[in-house]
Amino acid sequence: MMNSVEVAHLSVSRGGNAVLRDLSFVLRPGQITGLLGPSGCGKTTLLRALVGVQRGVRGTVTVLGEPAGSARLRRRVGYVTQAPAVYADLSVVENLRYFASVLGSGRVEEVLQQVSLADRRDQLVQTLSGGERARVSLATALLSTPELLVLDEPTVGLDPVLRRDLWQLFRRLVDEGACLLVSSHVMDEAQRCDRLLLMRNGRFVADATPGKLLETTGAKDVEGAFLALAEAAA
Amino acid sequence: MTARVTLATAHRVLTQLRRDPRTMALMLVVPLVLLTLLRYVYDDRPQVFDHVGGPLLALFPFITMFLVTSVAMLRERTSGTLERLLTTPLGRGDLLVGYALAFGAVALLQTALASTVALWLLGLDLAASPALVVVLALLDALLGVALGLFLSAFARSEFQAVQFLPAFVLPQLLLCGLFAPRHSMAAVLRWLSDAFPLTYAVDGMQRLTASGEVTRGLLTDLAVVGGASLLALVLGSWTLQRQSA
Ligand SMILES: Nc1ncnc2c1ncn2[C@@H]1O[C@H](COP(=O)(O)OP(=O)(O)OP(=O)(O)O)[C@@H](O)[C@H]1O
Ligand SMILES: [Mg+2]
Repeated sequence: MMNSVEVAHLSVSRGGNAVLRDLSFVLRPGQITGLLGPSGCGKTTLLRALVGVQRGVRGTVTVLGEPAGSARLRRRVGYVTQAPAVYADLSVVENLRYFASVLGSGRVEEVLQQVSLADRRDQLVQTLSGGERARVSLATALLSTPELLVLDEPTVGLDPVLRRDLWQLFRRLVDEGACLLVSSHVMDEAQRCDRLLLMRNGRFVADATPGKLLETTGAKDVEGAFLALAEAAA
Repeated sequence: MTARVTLATAHRVLTQLRRDPRTMALMLVVPLVLLTLLRYVYDDRPQVFDHVGGPLLALFPFITMFLVTSVAMLRERTSGTLERLLTTPLGRGDLLVGYALAFGAVALLQTALASTVALWLLGLDLAASPALVVVLALLDALLGVALGLFLSAFARSEFQAVQFLPAFVLPQLLLCGLFAPRHSMAAVLRWLSDAFPLTYAVDGMQRLTASGEVTRGLLTDLAVVGGASLLALVLGSWTLQRQSA
C-alpha cells in the first residue's frame, strides 16, 4: 500500500533558529502515530510542514503521493490546529455548515455525533467550554473524511471519558484506512498509539511502538522512557 | 473560486453580523442621525445642506464598510480561522468576494435608508435620480470593503486597524474637494488628490447633486471608483498567503 506521508531530509528554520533538523520518516495508512516531545521541540512546526502551511521548508515532504500543500490535497488532508480555529460568534452547527460548504461535505449531523456535540448544536461557540470548543475544531476537520488527519494536541482539556471516546473514534478512522498523526505532551496517551515518534530539539530521539520503547529503555511508562532517552541524548 | 463557497462565505459573514445587532444598528442609524444634524445645523441655509448632503451619502458607506471590513478580516487572521480556511479548497477569491457581497448587502440597506430619509424627510435636493445615487454609493461601499480587506493585512491588532481610518481615510477626505475646492490647493496636494480614489467618489456625488444627466465625467468617476476597488481586491488577494513563517 502507498505510504500516506514520505518525508526526506526535512529542515525548517523559524525566526533564524533551526526548529526541525534533517527529519526523514514515512507514515502508513491504518496507523495512529503519536508525536511526543517537550514544549517547543518542534511538533507544531512538523505538522505545519506536512499540511503545507509552513514557509521555509527544506527537503521533500510528500503527502498521499503529492507535494505537501498541493491544491488536490486540500480535501484529503484534515488539520486540527493547536488553538481551536472556529468562529466564536457562530453556533456549533453554523460553524460546521460553513466548513461543510467549503469542503463540499454533507456530513454535518454525522460529525456532530462523532465528537459528542449533538446536544450543543445551537450553542454559540464563545459560550462553550475549552474542551467543547476543541471538539468543534476537530469536527470541522472530520467533515471531508480525510485520508490523512493531522491533529495538534486534540485532547487538551478533555476529561477521561471524552478522551477515551475520542481515541475510540481515532481508532475507527484508521480502521477505515485513514492515517493519523497526533501530537501530544500527555505521555499517558502514548499507549494508545501504534507508533511513537519522540522528538527533542527538532530531532527524533526514538521511533518505535509503545511496547518496544518500554522494552529497550527498561522504563515502566512512556514518560520514564522519554526521560531516559532525553538524558542519554544530553 | 466556486459560487457555492463564495455564497457560503457571504452567508457566514452576514450571520456573524446578525449576531452583533448593536454594530448593525450603529451602521444603519448613525448616518441618519448625522444627516439630520447637518440639516438643522444649516437650518436657514438649505443650499449648504444640498451641497454637502449628497457627498455624505457617498462617504457613509465608504467609511463604515472600510472600518467594519478591516476589523472583521483582522479577526479572521488573529483567530486562526484564516489559516485554517486556507488549508481547505476555499479560494482566495471566495473569501474576498464573499466579504464584498456580504458588506455590499449591508451597504445597500444603509444607502437605501439614508437616501430615503435625506431625500424625502429632510428635503435634500438632488438633481439625479435616487437609483443613480444608490449605484454610486454601492461602488463606494465596495471601495471601502476592498481597501479594508487589503489594509487589514498590515495591522497586527484591532487598535492598529482602527488607526488606519485617520491614517488612510482622513487625508483622502481632506483632499477630495469637499472642504476646499481642488483648484485652490497647492499643486502637490492637487496631484495627490487626483491619485486618491475617494476624490472620484465625492466628485461623482457632486455631479449627481448638480445634474441628472449621465455625463462622461460621471462615468469616469464610476469607472475610477470601480477600478480602484478591483485593484485593492487583487492586492488584497496577494496578502492571503497559504504559507507563513
Ligand atoms: N513564528 C515563529 N518565529 C520564530 N520562532 C518560532 C515561530 N513559531 C515557533 N517558533 C519557535 O519554534 C520552536 C518550535 O515551536 P513549535 O510550535 O513547533 O513547538 P511545539 O513542539 O509545538 O511546542 P508546544 O508543545 O508548546 O506546542 C519554538 O522554540 C518556538 O519558539
Ligand atoms: Mg505545538
